[in-house]
Amino acid sequence: MAETFLDSTELVLNMGPQHPSTHGVLRVIVKLDGEKVLGTDCVIGYLHRGVEKLGENRTYQQFAPYVDRMDYVASVSNGLGYCLAVEKLLGVEAPPRAQVVRVILTELNRIASHLIWLGTHALDIGAITPLFYCMRERELALNIFEKYCGARLTTHAFRIGGLQYETYDGFEKEVLDFCDVFLPKADEYEELLTGNRIWVDRMRNVGLLNATDCKAFGVTGPLLRAAGEKWDLRKAQPYSGYEKYDFEIPTGDRGDNFDRYIVRMEEMRQSVRIMRQAVASIPAGPIMAKVPKVIKPPVGEVYVSIEAPKGELGYYIVSDGTTLPYRVRVRPPSFVNLQALDRMSKGALVADLVAIIGTIDIVLGEVDR
Amino acid sequence: MKKLLRSIFLVDLLEGLWVTFRNQNPKQIVTEQYPSARPKVAERYRGAPRLNINPENGATLCISCDLCALACPENLIVVGWERNPETKRKDLVTFTYDISRCMFCGLCEDACPVDCLELTQDFELANYSREGAIWDRQMLEEGPKPVKYKY
Repeated sequence: MAETFLDSTELVLNMGPQHPSTHGVLRVIVKLDGEKVLGTDCVIGYLHRGVEKLGENRTYQQFAPYVDRMDYVASVSNGLGYCLAVEKLLGVEAPPRAQVVRVILTELNRIASHLIWLGTHALDIGAITPLFYCMRERELALNIFEKYCGARLTTHAFRIGGLQYETYDGFEKEVLDFCDVFLPKADEYEELLTGNRIWVDRMRNVGLLNATDCKAFGVTGPLLRAAGEKWDLRKAQPYSGYEKYDFEIPTGDRGDNFDRYIVRMEEMRQSVRIMRQAVASIPAGPIMAKVPKVIKPPVGEVYVSIEAPKGELGYYIVSDGTTLPYRVRVRPPSFVNLQALDRMSKGALVADLVAIIGTIDIVLGEVDR
Repeated sequence: MKKLLRSIFLVDLLEGLWVTFRNQNPKQIVTEQYPSARPKVAERYRGAPRLNINPENGATLCISCDLCALACPENLIVVGWERNPETKRKDLVTFTYDISRCMFCGLCEDACPVDCLELTQDFELANYSREGAIWDRQMLEEGPKPVKYKY
């Protein structure tokens, strides 16, 4: 009998770029043996906007709104990283009041980002209810952003040298109210999911990635912490006054999907803890350091990284002494974490591949830039 | 027997309905009835741009300093001015603002030294054509006029 394509057991399948569970426009070429994944290859670039190149044609202040559009669910973190990098290049430091407000907003954004992750990931696995609940609580956080800086998603909240906007009346109270509302809700999500048989079966021992592999791939953030490595840049190299706050680094021990979920849930609670301490300690004073209107940093290069919700977010900026940066290189956490997909999904089922992509918590705007 | 009575008096159903109705407090409804009721956006909301005028005489506050055009990352503001020979000042002639390219970052608003250019709370910016998204001075001073629907 002549050989036809039906005889072959291996099948190459394109998952995406329109697949709803790839969280955007990620295309994964999957090699399958039946339902078993033999290997994956990610094709990225469908959302490439050339943000790094745009940075070379914008002044330092003008580039700040663009970084919000990379990881658009955690735009405040992106802005913080960029501002810290340029501030280091200039040799200025934001005033204490600005630093505390930055910490509050960044932690609020971490919660908003993790809520999006939890909701969409639960939806991927088949639990629809958490999505609505997560969006409901995220709305409260976005309302605070809107009142503070006038935008909900692409906030452009921070400026180089500090803040543009003073906190509005009742800012502290609203943040504390959010903390009070959020903690019982987080318990509610856990009640829905943690003991859920389907949830546990889909998450336990799926997408294993140990700490050695994490380091080899450069994987950071909740994935690394779920593998048992106590590594958080907020503790390892504190920026923006994080050394003043008392918080724990949650870790897992197996490095599977379930541990990542637990780590992220715990991280949200720790963020609430940081926010409460920060709100209690907002000092009075100026919100903007002395920064010239036309920023002309000295010749040099700088790398500053922060702990974004998804991992280590780094900005490498080269200055040639003019008003435009010579090069702005971004080290996005999702892009680096996505590399580990092949290692994590080998031998898994196609349905697990969806769960694994979900737990990496990628944002394609950041992967492609 | 107890089970039978429970099913006769629909206890389980009523318990379920009680949960449903318990969560139907009208105060907790978050759905906004747009467009019959427009949401109230924050005071600092960055929406449609506006050129402020002096409310007393209607003269523009703009001093044609061109700082907004320089601050804009997308270079979408064009300020047209000519030198007034009598007062030796710049008089604003045209002001073009392309909202189709605007990302509402607020840098132009921050740059304005006389609080003339401002991003307002208007958020309904839809247009039937691309040309309609390029706002001239008159449009910027009057602001958008969204259709108010009646129900």
